[in-house]
Amino acid sequence: MANPAKTTPREAQKAAGSPRMSVIAPAVAWFIPGAGHLIQKRWVRGILIMASITTMFVLGLLMQGRVYHPNGGDILDMLGFVGDVGAGGLYIVTRMQGWGHGAIAHATADYGTKFLIVAGLLNFICAADAYHIAIGKKP
Amino acid sequence: MTLELSHFTAAVLFSVFASVVFGITQRNTAREQVRYGLYCFVLFVGGVFVAGWVMWLLRH
Repeated sequence: MANPAKTTPREAQKAAGSPRMSVIAPAVAWFIPGAGHLIQKRWVRGILIMASITTMFVLGLLMQGRVYHPNGGDILDMLGFVGDVGAGGLYIVTRMQGWGHGAIAHATADYGTKFLIVAGLLNFICAADAYHIAIGKKP
Repeated sequence: MTLELSHFTAAVLFSVFASVVFGITQRNTAREQVRYGLYCFVLFVGGVFVAGWVMWLLRH
């Protein structure tokens, strides 16, 4: 007769992830892109995410993209701010340094604005992914 | 320092970074992640070429 596999409470908790990590991981992932994966020892994924999002954000700044501020005006401006703020610490540093205010002097500067927004939106996805790893939904 | 990329270079760089993140976050195993990342990259760059030809046809 087959012996059904029994899981101990500790194994079950490990598979489900710790409740504390399910809060810390997405918060850290938002603040530092890729860090949510790194603190859960997903080294390769974390480094790739960190490199991709940070490079994308920096390229956006170098292309003289516009950084959105909190605003209550045009709906696209508000959505632009939501996208930008997704980059977490990168956005905070950018605002503190006063970067991203350059006059748009060439066509690709508009690409820069999109790079900044998409880097933030991708970071939101990565924060959600870090949460799924923390609760044991994803390996 | 200012960076002035061509439209195509900007689109390819965008595709690379977005594909990496999509691959990692949307699939579970390493093999699936690589395959999905490449799939997304091909779709992104293919979309650039298709959009380019559509714009050319509209202009001519």
